Amino acid sequence: MAVIKKKKDKALPAVNTSALPDIVFMLLFFFMVATVMREVDLKVSVNKPQATEIQKLERKSLVTYIYAGSPRAKYQDKFGKTPRIQLNDAFASIDDLQPFVVQEREAKAEEDRPMMTMSIKADKTVKMGLISDIKLELRKAQAYKINYSSLQPKDAEALYSSDN
Amino acid sequence: MARNKRAIPEINAGSMADIAFLLLIFYLVTTTMDTDKGINRKLPPIEDELVQDPPPIKERNIFTVLVNSNDQLLVEDEYLEINELRAKAMEFIDNNGDGSCEYCKGYGVSSSSDNPVKAVISLQNDRGTSYGMYVKVQNELVAAYEDLRERYAEEEYGRSYRGMDPEEDEEIIKEIKNAYQQKISEAEPLNIGG
Repeated sequence: MAVIKKKKDKALPAVNTSALPDIVFMLLFFFMVATVMREVDLKVSVNKPQATEIQKLERKSLVTYIYAGSPRAKYQDKFGKTPRIQLNDAFASIDDLQPFVVQEREAKAEEDRPMMTMSIKADKTVKMGLISDIKLELRKAQAYKINYSSLQPKDAEALYSSDN
Repeated sequence: MARNKRAIPEINAGSMADIAFLLLIFYLVTTTMDTDKGINRKLPPIEDELVQDPPPIKERNIFTVLVNSNDQLLVEDEYLEINELRAKAMEFIDNNGDGSCEYCKGYGVSSSSDNPVKAVISLQNDRGTSYGMYVKVQNELVAAYEDLRERYAEEEYGRSYRGMDPEEDEEIIKEIKNAYQQKISEAEPLNIGG
Protein backbone atom coordinates (compact mmCIF):
# COMPACT_ATOMS: atom_id res chain seq x y z
CA MET A 1 0.00 0.00 0.00
CA ALA A 2 1.19 3.37 -0.90
CA VAL A 3 1.82 5.68 1.98
CA ILE A 4 0.60 9.21 1.67
CA LYS A 5 3.19 11.56 3.06
CA LYS A 6 1.98 13.92 5.69
CA LYS A 7 2.94 17.51 4.83
CA LYS A 8 1.33 19.10 7.83
CA ASP A 9 4.42 19.76 9.83
CA LYS A 10 6.25 21.39 6.93
CA ALA A 11 6.18 25.22 7.13
CA LEU A 12 4.73 27.14 4.18
CA PRO A 13 7.57 28.93 2.32
CA ALA A 14 7.31 32.73 2.40
CA VAL A 15 6.04 34.38 -0.80
CA ASN A 16 8.90 35.93 -2.70
CA THR A 17 8.33 39.69 -2.64
CA SER A 18 11.63 40.79 -4.09
CA ALA A 19 9.92 41.87 -7.34
CA LEU A 20 7.39 44.04 -5.52
CA PRO A 21 9.50 47.24 -5.63
CA ASP A 22 9.95 46.74 -9.36
CA ILE A 23 6.21 46.53 -9.91
CA VAL A 24 5.54 49.56 -7.77
CA PHE A 25 8.26 51.56 -9.51
CA MET A 26 6.75 50.64 -12.84
CA LEU A 27 3.38 51.99 -11.69
CA LEU A 28 5.09 55.08 -10.32
CA PHE A 29 6.82 55.85 -13.60
CA PHE A 30 3.59 55.30 -15.49
CA PHE A 31 1.80 57.88 -13.36
CA MET A 32 4.70 60.31 -13.52
CA VAL A 33 4.63 60.23 -17.31
CA ALA A 34 0.89 60.05 -17.95
CA THR A 35 -0.35 62.72 -15.56
CA VAL A 36 0.22 66.40 -15.01
CA MET A 37 0.32 68.44 -11.83
CA ARG A 38 -3.01 69.83 -10.75
CA GLU A 39 -2.91 73.47 -11.80
CA VAL A 40 -5.31 75.22 -9.52
CA ASP A 41 -7.72 74.71 -6.71
CA LEU A 42 -11.13 75.24 -8.31
CA LYS A 43 -13.26 77.74 -6.45
CA VAL A 44 -16.08 77.80 -8.97
CA SER A 45 -18.10 74.78 -10.01
CA VAL A 46 -17.52 73.99 -13.66
CA ASN A 47 -19.81 71.57 -15.42
CA LYS A 48 -18.45 71.64 -18.94
CA PRO A 49 -20.73 71.63 -21.99
CA GLN A 50 -20.62 68.77 -24.46
CA ALA A 51 -19.42 68.98 -28.05
CA THR A 52 -18.24 66.62 -30.77
CA GLU A 53 -15.99 68.84 -32.89
CA ILE A 54 -13.31 69.13 -30.25
CA GLN A 55 -9.57 69.24 -30.59
CA LYS A 56 -6.97 68.28 -28.08
CA LEU A 57 -4.93 71.11 -26.62
CA GLU A 58 -1.34 70.38 -27.41
CA ARG A 59 1.50 71.82 -25.34
CA LYS A 60 0.06 72.68 -21.97
CA SER A 61 2.69 75.35 -21.39
CA LEU A 62 1.01 77.54 -24.02
CA VAL A 63 -2.45 77.30 -22.50
CA THR A 64 -3.85 79.78 -20.00
CA TYR A 65 -7.08 78.97 -18.25
CA ILE A 66 -10.02 81.17 -17.42
CA TYR A 67 -12.67 79.61 -15.20
CA ALA A 68 -16.23 80.86 -14.96
CA GLY A 69 -19.10 79.54 -12.92
CA SER A 70 -21.00 79.83 -9.65
CA PRO A 71 -18.82 79.81 -6.54
CA ARG A 72 -18.67 76.46 -4.80
CA ALA A 73 -20.88 75.78 -1.77
CA LYS A 74 -18.22 76.66 0.80
CA TYR A 75 -17.59 80.08 -0.76
CA GLN A 76 -21.22 80.92 -1.33
CA ASP A 77 -21.87 82.71 1.97
CA LYS A 78 -19.06 85.10 1.13
CA PHE A 79 -19.34 85.50 -2.63
CA GLY A 80 -22.97 84.59 -3.37
CA LYS A 81 -24.22 82.42 -6.18
CA THR A 82 -23.77 84.74 -9.15
CA PRO A 83 -21.33 83.27 -11.67
CA ARG A 84 -17.83 84.68 -11.29
CA ILE A 85 -14.47 84.45 -12.98
CA GLN A 86 -11.55 82.66 -11.43
CA LEU A 87 -8.00 83.34 -12.53
CA ASN A 88 -5.23 81.21 -11.05
CA ASP A 89 -6.26 80.56 -7.47
CA ALA A 90 -8.48 83.54 -6.77
CA PHE A 91 -11.78 85.07 -7.75
CA ALA A 92 -11.35 87.95 -10.15
CA SER A 93 -13.41 90.68 -11.71
CA ILE A 94 -13.64 91.35 -15.41
CA ASP A 95 -11.18 94.26 -15.09
CA ASP A 96 -8.44 91.93 -13.85
CA LEU A 97 -8.55 89.92 -17.04
CA GLN A 98 -6.52 92.21 -19.26
CA PRO A 99 -3.54 92.60 -16.86
CA PHE A 100 -3.70 88.85 -16.25
CA VAL A 101 -3.38 88.07 -19.96
CA VAL A 102 -0.50 90.53 -20.34
CA GLN A 103 1.27 89.04 -17.34
CA GLU A 104 0.80 85.49 -18.63
CA ARG A 105 2.10 86.50 -22.03
CA GLU A 106 5.18 88.14 -20.51
CA ALA A 107 5.94 84.93 -18.65
CA LYS A 108 6.17 82.94 -21.87
CA ALA A 109 9.11 82.67 -24.21
CA GLU A 110 9.18 85.25 -26.97
CA GLU A 111 8.66 82.78 -29.81
CA ASP A 112 5.75 81.09 -28.04
CA ARG A 113 3.74 84.25 -27.44
CA PRO A 114 1.76 84.24 -30.70
CA MET A 115 0.75 80.65 -30.07
CA MET A 116 -0.71 81.34 -26.65
CA THR A 117 -4.21 79.88 -26.29
CA MET A 118 -6.80 80.99 -23.79
CA SER A 119 -8.93 78.09 -22.64
CA ILE A 120 -12.33 79.16 -21.36
CA LYS A 121 -13.58 76.64 -18.87
CA ALA A 122 -17.09 77.76 -18.13
CA ASP A 123 -20.12 76.10 -16.64
CA LYS A 124 -22.84 75.42 -19.17
CA THR A 125 -25.41 77.37 -17.15
CA VAL A 126 -23.36 80.57 -17.23
CA LYS A 127 -25.07 83.28 -19.25
CA MET A 128 -23.45 84.49 -22.44
CA GLY A 129 -23.27 88.03 -21.07
CA LEU A 130 -20.32 87.07 -18.88
CA ILE A 131 -18.66 85.05 -21.64
CA SER A 132 -19.08 87.95 -24.09
CA ASP A 133 -17.43 90.28 -21.58
CA ILE A 134 -14.53 87.84 -21.27
CA LYS A 135 -14.23 87.63 -25.05
CA LEU A 136 -14.22 91.41 -25.39
CA GLU A 137 -11.46 91.73 -22.77
CA LEU A 138 -9.43 89.07 -24.54
CA ARG A 139 -9.78 90.93 -27.80
CA LYS A 140 -8.60 94.12 -26.09
CA ALA A 141 -5.62 92.21 -24.71
CA GLN A 142 -4.92 90.83 -28.19
CA ALA A 143 -5.35 87.22 -27.16
CA TYR A 144 -7.26 85.95 -30.15
CA LYS A 145 -6.76 82.21 -29.93
CA ILE A 146 -9.38 80.75 -27.67
CA ASN A 147 -10.74 77.33 -26.86
CA TYR A 148 -14.14 76.52 -25.42
CA SER A 149 -13.36 73.63 -23.13
CA SER A 150 -15.90 70.84 -23.67
CA LEU A 151 -16.44 67.16 -23.08
CA GLN A 152 -17.01 64.42 -25.59
CA PRO A 153 -20.64 63.27 -25.31
CA LYS A 154 -21.43 59.58 -24.90
CA ASP A 155 -23.83 59.53 -27.85
CA ALA A 156 -25.80 61.85 -30.11
CA GLU A 157 -28.82 61.66 -27.84
CA ALA A 158 -26.86 63.12 -24.95
CA LEU A 159 -25.65 65.94 -27.20
CA TYR A 160 -29.12 67.16 -28.11
CA SER A 161 -30.88 66.58 -24.80
CA SER A 162 -32.26 69.73 -23.23
CA ASP A 163 -30.49 69.30 -19.88
CA ASN A 164 -27.11 69.47 -21.58
CA MET B 1 44.80 42.18 5.04
CA ALA B 2 42.35 40.24 7.03
CA ARG B 3 39.82 43.04 7.43
CA ASN B 4 39.29 43.57 3.70
CA LYS B 5 38.48 39.98 3.10
CA ARG B 6 35.34 40.15 5.15
CA ALA B 7 32.24 39.95 2.95
CA ILE B 8 30.21 43.14 2.69
CA PRO B 9 26.76 42.55 4.15
CA GLU B 10 23.92 42.84 1.65
CA ILE B 11 21.88 46.03 1.84
CA ASN B 12 18.43 45.40 3.15
CA ALA B 13 16.02 46.28 0.35
CA GLY B 14 12.90 45.25 2.19
CA SER B 15 11.64 48.81 2.65
CA MET B 16 12.23 49.76 -0.98
CA ALA B 17 8.63 48.83 -1.79
CA ASP B 18 7.39 51.08 1.00
CA ILE B 19 9.33 54.05 -0.34
CA ALA B 20 8.09 53.42 -3.86
CA PHE B 21 4.52 53.14 -2.62
CA LEU B 22 4.87 56.43 -0.81
CA LEU B 23 6.04 58.18 -3.97
CA LEU B 24 3.32 56.49 -5.99
CA ILE B 25 0.60 57.69 -3.65
CA PHE B 26 2.04 61.20 -3.69
CA TYR B 27 1.78 61.29 -7.50
CA LEU B 28 -1.69 59.79 -7.45
CA VAL B 29 -2.91 62.55 -5.17
CA THR B 30 -1.21 65.61 -6.65
CA THR B 31 -1.65 65.00 -10.37
CA THR B 32 -4.58 64.81 -12.76
CA MET B 33 -4.96 62.82 -15.87
CA ASP B 34 -7.66 64.76 -17.72
CA THR B 35 -6.60 65.96 -21.12
CA ASP B 36 -8.01 69.25 -22.17
CA LYS B 37 -10.23 69.28 -25.18
CA GLY B 38 -12.43 71.91 -26.67
CA ILE B 39 -13.62 73.81 -29.70
CA ASN B 40 -10.88 76.03 -31.09
CA ARG B 41 -11.98 79.45 -32.25
CA LYS B 42 -10.31 82.64 -33.28
CA LEU B 43 -11.53 86.03 -32.11
CA PRO B 44 -11.55 88.97 -34.51
CA PRO B 45 -9.22 91.84 -33.68
CA ILE B 46 -10.73 95.11 -32.52
CA GLU B 47 -10.64 97.58 -35.36
CA ASP B 48 -9.77 101.14 -34.46
CA GLU B 49 -11.69 102.74 -37.25
CA LEU B 50 -14.74 101.11 -38.73
CA VAL B 51 -14.39 100.13 -42.33
CA GLN B 52 -16.05 102.89 -44.31
CA ASP B 53 -17.48 100.79 -47.07
CA PRO B 54 -17.78 97.19 -46.04
CA PRO B 55 -17.89 95.02 -49.14
CA PRO B 56 -21.51 94.26 -49.87
CA ILE B 57 -22.63 90.71 -49.19
CA LYS B 58 -25.78 89.53 -50.87
CA GLU B 59 -28.59 88.64 -48.54
CA ARG B 60 -28.79 85.14 -50.00
CA ASN B 61 -25.18 84.46 -49.05
CA ILE B 62 -25.80 85.08 -45.37
CA PHE B 63 -27.15 82.34 -43.15
CA THR B 64 -28.44 84.01 -40.01
CA VAL B 65 -28.61 82.10 -36.76
CA LEU B 66 -30.19 83.85 -33.79
CA VAL B 67 -30.32 82.44 -30.28
CA ASN B 68 -32.57 84.14 -27.74
CA SER B 69 -32.38 84.21 -23.96
CA ASN B 70 -34.62 81.14 -23.70
CA ASP B 71 -32.10 79.15 -25.76
CA GLN B 72 -34.40 79.01 -28.76
CA LEU B 73 -33.08 79.10 -32.29
CA LEU B 74 -34.22 81.28 -35.15
CA VAL B 75 -32.52 80.23 -38.36
CA GLU B 76 -33.26 82.14 -41.59
CA ASP B 77 -36.45 83.53 -39.98
CA GLU B 78 -37.62 80.07 -39.07
CA TYR B 79 -37.91 78.39 -35.69
CA LEU B 80 -35.60 75.36 -35.58
CA GLU B 81 -34.55 72.64 -33.16
CA ILE B 82 -30.85 72.24 -32.43
CA ASN B 83 -30.67 68.78 -34.01
CA GLU B 84 -31.93 70.17 -37.34
CA LEU B 85 -29.34 72.95 -37.50
CA ARG B 86 -26.47 70.91 -38.93
CA ALA B 87 -28.44 69.63 -41.95
CA LYS B 88 -29.84 73.10 -42.61
CA ALA B 89 -26.40 74.71 -42.49
CA MET B 90 -24.94 72.04 -44.76
CA GLU B 91 -27.75 72.59 -47.25
CA PHE B 92 -26.98 76.30 -47.25
CA ILE B 93 -23.20 75.99 -47.68
CA ASP B 94 -23.51 73.32 -50.33
CA ASN B 95 -26.30 75.02 -52.28
CA ASN B 96 -24.18 76.09 -55.29
CA GLY B 97 -26.64 78.69 -56.60
CA ASP B 98 -24.40 80.04 -59.38
CA GLY B 99 -23.17 76.61 -60.48
CA SER B 100 -19.46 77.50 -60.11
CA CYS B 101 -18.75 74.77 -57.55
CA GLU B 102 -18.09 71.43 -59.22
CA TYR B 103 -18.00 69.25 -56.13
CA CYS B 104 -21.15 70.64 -54.52
CA LYS B 105 -24.29 68.56 -54.33
CA GLY B 106 -26.76 71.28 -53.41
CA TYR B 107 -30.10 71.94 -55.01
CA GLY B 108 -29.08 75.28 -56.52
CA VAL B 109 -31.98 77.14 -54.93
CA SER B 110 -32.03 80.80 -55.92
CA SER B 111 -32.74 81.98 -52.38
CA SER B 112 -29.71 80.23 -50.88
CA SER B 113 -25.94 80.71 -51.19
CA ASP B 114 -24.05 81.17 -54.50
CA ASN B 115 -21.12 78.89 -53.64
CA PRO B 116 -19.22 77.73 -50.52
CA VAL B 117 -16.62 80.50 -50.88
CA LYS B 118 -19.26 83.22 -50.71
CA ALA B 119 -21.42 81.59 -48.05
CA VAL B 120 -21.17 83.24 -44.63
CA ILE B 121 -22.80 82.07 -41.45
CA SER B 122 -23.80 84.88 -39.14
CA LEU B 123 -24.35 84.01 -35.50
CA GLN B 124 -25.92 86.27 -32.95
CA ASN B 125 -26.90 85.44 -29.41
CA ASP B 126 -28.49 87.22 -26.50
CA ARG B 127 -26.67 88.09 -23.29
CA GLY B 128 -29.11 85.75 -21.57
CA THR B 129 -28.31 82.74 -23.76
CA SER B 130 -26.74 79.95 -21.76
CA TYR B 131 -23.13 79.05 -22.49
CA GLY B 132 -24.12 75.40 -22.97
CA MET B 133 -26.49 76.35 -25.79
CA TYR B 134 -23.90 78.63 -27.36
CA VAL B 135 -21.33 75.83 -27.45
CA LYS B 136 -23.94 73.47 -28.90
CA VAL B 137 -24.73 75.91 -31.73
CA GLN B 138 -21.02 76.51 -32.40
CA ASN B 139 -20.48 72.77 -32.42
CA GLU B 140 -23.24 72.18 -34.96
CA LEU B 141 -21.97 74.90 -37.28
CA VAL B 142 -18.39 73.63 -37.14
CA ALA B 143 -19.70 70.09 -37.62
CA ALA B 144 -21.58 71.17 -40.76
CA TYR B 145 -18.30 72.30 -42.33
CA GLU B 146 -16.44 69.23 -41.08
CA ASP B 147 -19.09 66.89 -42.52
CA LEU B 148 -18.86 68.57 -45.91
CA ARG B 149 -15.06 68.34 -45.84
CA GLU B 150 -15.34 64.71 -44.88
CA ARG B 151 -17.58 64.02 -47.88
CA TYR B 152 -15.24 65.94 -50.18
CA ALA B 153 -12.21 63.98 -48.93
CA GLU B 154 -14.01 60.68 -49.43
CA GLU B 155 -14.88 61.55 -53.00
CA GLU B 156 -11.61 63.18 -54.09
CA TYR B 157 -9.11 61.04 -52.23
CA GLY B 158 -11.11 58.06 -51.01
CA ARG B 159 -9.90 58.76 -47.50
CA SER B 160 -11.38 60.02 -44.27
CA TYR B 161 -10.70 63.70 -43.58
CA ARG B 162 -10.92 63.28 -39.82
CA GLY B 163 -8.40 60.45 -39.91
CA MET B 164 -5.71 62.43 -41.73
CA ASP B 165 -2.37 63.21 -40.17
CA PRO B 166 -1.91 67.00 -39.85
CA GLU B 167 1.78 66.79 -40.74
CA GLU B 168 1.84 64.05 -43.34
CA ASP B 169 -1.20 65.25 -45.31
CA GLU B 170 -0.66 68.96 -44.87
CA GLU B 171 -1.22 69.79 -48.55
CA ILE B 172 -4.36 67.69 -48.87
CA ILE B 173 -5.86 69.15 -45.70
CA LYS B 174 -5.12 72.64 -46.97
CA GLU B 175 -6.87 71.89 -50.22
CA ILE B 176 -9.92 70.42 -48.51
CA LYS B 177 -10.13 73.35 -46.12
CA ASN B 178 -9.98 75.65 -49.09
CA ALA B 179 -12.84 73.84 -50.79
CA TYR B 180 -15.10 74.46 -47.80
CA GLN B 181 -13.78 77.54 -46.02
CA GLN B 182 -15.19 77.98 -42.58
CA LYS B 183 -16.80 81.38 -42.42
CA ILE B 184 -18.63 81.93 -39.17
CA SER B 185 -19.14 85.52 -38.19
CA GLU B 186 -20.26 86.51 -34.72
CA ALA B 187 -22.12 89.70 -34.00
CA GLU B 188 -22.09 91.52 -30.69
CA PRO B 189 -24.70 89.94 -28.42
CA LEU B 190 -28.06 91.58 -27.97
CA ASN B 191 -29.56 92.39 -24.64
CA ILE B 192 -33.27 91.89 -24.99
CA GLY B 193 -34.47 89.21 -22.66
CA GLY B 194 -31.89 90.09 -19.98
